[in-house]
Amino acid sequence: MTLGRLAAPAALLLLAGVSIFTGVAALQWGDLWLIGVSRLPRTAAALLAGAALAVAGVIMQMLARNRFVEPSTTGTGQAAGLGIVAITLVAPAAALWVKMAAATVAALLGTALFLALVRRLPRRDPLLVPLTGIVYGGILGAAATFLAYERDLIQYVDIWMNGELSGVMLGRYEFLWAAGALAIAAYLYADRFTIAGMGEDTSRTLGLDYPRIVALGLLIVAGITAVTVVTVGMIPFVGLVVPNMIARLAGENLRRTLPQVAMAGAGLVLACDILGRVIRYPYEIPVGTILGVLGAVVFLWMLNARR
Amino acid sequence: MIETRALSVALSGKPVLADISVALPKGRLTALVGPNGAGKSTLLMTLGRLLEPASGDILIDGRDLRAVPPRELALQLSILRQEGAIGPRLTVRDLVSFGRYPHSHGRLTAADRLEVQRAIDRLDLAGFADRYLDTLSGGQKQRAQIAMVLAQQTDVILLDEPLNNLDLAHARRVMRIAREEADAGRTVIVVLHDLTVAAAYADHVVAMKAGRVAAEGPSEEVISEEVLSRLFETDVSVAEVGGRRVVLTL
Repeated sequence: MTLGRLAAPAALLLLAGVSIFTGVAALQWGDLWLIGVSRLPRTAAALLAGAALAVAGVIMQMLARNRFVEPSTTGTGQAAGLGIVAITLVAPAAALWVKMAAATVAALLGTALFLALVRRLPRRDPLLVPLTGIVYGGILGAAATFLAYERDLIQYVDIWMNGELSGVMLGRYEFLWAAGALAIAAYLYADRFTIAGMGEDTSRTLGLDYPRIVALGLLIVAGITAVTVVTVGMIPFVGLVVPNMIARLAGENLRRTLPQVAMAGAGLVLACDILGRVIRYPYEIPVGTILGVLGAVVFLWMLNARR
Repeated sequence: MIETRALSVALSGKPVLADISVALPKGRLTALVGPNGAGKSTLLMTLGRLLEPASGDILIDGRDLRAVPPRELALQLSILRQEGAIGPRLTVRDLVSFGRYPHSHGRLTAADRLEVQRAIDRLDLAGFADRYLDTLSGGQKQRAQIAMVLAQQTDVILLDEPLNNLDLAHARRVMRIAREEADAGRTVIVVLHDLTVAAAYADHVVAMKAGRVAAEGPSEEVISEEVLSRLFETDVSVAEVGGRRVVLTL
């Protein structure tokens, strides 16, 4: 039992070790500068973004009461992108934290609107929810692209929308710790999110202030997504694949499973990033692309596995 | 006692309940009976504050339901709803443990765990306690949800068709539990379809029809040929078998 509990952290540690020693520049003993400035930050960024996005995915699934949603299929990431494009147009010289705040607010509004939209859908067909989300996200993304195209900002939109870790260096990723902090905050409310997943009536029967817990969940999801989009770009499907795997293996009592979700998310993103570094060595494939392919396959498998 | 005064409820603009004034005695088992669409579930949901009345009042021991803060209400009143979807993938024990949430707020004490185990045992779920709900049959799921309501240990227990999906032995078990709870001083209100069951277990019966109260009173008075035939607009006979009233529609 204890051995089993140690297995996941040990695997993460091993991955982190591999990540530190994988890259184009050959590492010599004592080459601490490279490790400190590039490899360690990159490894930390992958772990933080992965853990936080997986947690955001679970919370989104509880709030939408639907297994098939996550920040990139509910318009959250696209809304965050739209928010940064908008703020960049209005105030090009704004500090990074201002852009992040704008992205968070946009993600919050975008996701709240999504939840309001899917509340009207019949609950009998759970696939309508992610389909609506994908179309909705497509519209928001198109709006962002259009605005960016008009003002020659297209390459920035690419950076935000396609998660990539090769640019991560000391001093350029630290906001991701905030995403990690939000994931920990989510853990403090784990029971309430599980109850919210049982629906508004059950929540009220158990004395919970349902609108408040939804608002809190939205804030956490929007914050995590916005921070990730701004620092490393959107990494799709982590929030979908990981929670569904953990749900199969260990259920969805979040007080028990949220740490597992976070660890698995961290491991998945880091593993995909390492893979991206070695597949076409010495070139790199963005982690978002790898997860996009992997996630699409798992998503199709999930659809097929549904009775 | 739970009392309603001229209660009216509308669902998406359409009036469903009109002018409901009933007095449900404390520490008794009350059955809500009536034809489909009579508004039994709506009344139960409104008593559980899951639906907002259009007008009228609900008083619990003389206190306006609206004046009770949600957290306090969760300690006083629990409700089993008909909607079966649970959502998260939980084990039976997880689900029943959430019934303790109003007491423990997620930090289960030894006493909470004992209460959870007792509810599991009472619903004959010990063999499934660590199974996931999505691997259970409809009747087993129903029992798990009843166990969750019991674990909440409230003075008022509202059950909407608790016998749905249950086999004969478990239906009897659930009605006996409802009876025990009432005998222990809790106010139990149950929506029932089977009038023979209502006659056997209920102290008090509210008969509803088309959103109004058609009859209310002690079970001996309401479960009668005359009242029931009028209520269901079909011939109903009430026979006595082994000292118990049996409702027949043949």
